[in-house]
Amino acid sequence: MFRPETAGPLNALVQTLLHDPHPTLSAGDRELIATYVSGLNNCKYCTTIHGAIAKHQLGDDGELVKQVRNDPESAPISAKLKALLKIAAKVQSGGKNVSDADVAFARAEGATDIEIHDTVLIAAAFYMFNRYVDGLDTWQPDDDELYDKMGEQRAREGYLTKPFKVDRTEQTV
Amino acid sequence: MAHIKLLNEELPGIVGLLNYRPETGKVLTDLAEILLRGPSSLTSGEREIIAASVSYWNKCHFCHTSHAAAAAAHLNSGLALIDDIKAGLPNTPVSDKLRALLHIAHQVQGNGKNVTEADIEAARAEGATDIEIHDTVLIAAAFCMYNRYVDGLGTWAPGPNEAYAEMGERMAHVGYGKF
Repeated sequence: MFRPETAGPLNALVQTLLHDPHPTLSAGDRELIATYVSGLNNCKYCTTIHGAIAKHQLGDDGELVKQVRNDPESAPISAKLKALLKIAAKVQSGGKNVSDADVAFARAEGATDIEIHDTVLIAAAFYMFNRYVDGLDTWQPDDDELYDKMGEQRAREGYLTKPFKVDRTEQTV
Repeated sequence: MAHIKLLNEELPGIVGLLNYRPETGKVLTDLAEILLRGPSSLTSGEREIIAASVSYWNKCHFCHTSHAAAAAAHLNSGLALIDDIKAGLPNTPVSDKLRALLHIAHQVQGNGKNVTEADIEAARAEGATDIEIHDTVLIAAAFCMYNRYVDGLGTWAPGPNEAYAEMGERMAHVGYGKF
């Protein structure tokens, strides 16, 4: 690990935002928000890994993840989650772009203040993770099966356990 | 007024949000404490200048002014630093290494993919280490998060620079999550 001092709080942040049990928004919903924002930021690593985690959090439904990535509006998810994904997209384009109307619309679809808060923070946090990963031009595997395996592990264990060892020589980039 | 009903609406910017949701507040302040005040070969003043500059480029008034005030407190430079950061630091003695790191931070603020090999080489040529480059990228990325969090929830912020003097002193000398 290159910088364990910062890895601690970063892992704690993603664990708290995405994996810890919350009274509202399931881990699957939270991973979908993270995946969607990472897609908007064109961060391949974050989109693929969180897409795989979302798939495993959502009962192995990879098709649903694909639909949300491509077009949340036509995906078979709740109207509330669609409204929250709209807010997430606004946060991605600039915090000030979130309007009173966006928030009122999410409330009308049943979103609570904590759900709106967590959506904004997940979107903002993934804006950070995406820039961190791409800003340092990190190595990224190009192997869907590997992402699926990593995603299964994270969905089950959360973000505070050791990753399994990946043999980079076997990867084709 | 913020987009959500905060527990204490008098608390400005991120402070009201940290208070609203302590579970996430704790990890967000831990991250700020490590990034800005933890062990590093960059001084806290330099790191606060990076944080304040990124926040200014993101047009987040609360984060820019409070972190610039924290930088001023570390550097004993007076609150003029707040406006000097907006202008690109013409009146503040800043090392060439910090200028090269600020350029990398600006690239990250635009988009992580904008950071080029040449940007990294230029920073290394001015003496920046890999850890300093790493921390600069992470501070810039983290402030893109804090800025979106603060503005995305429509929090209020005091206007004038002077209103941030005491806050900056506390951020610099007491720390994050400790007041």
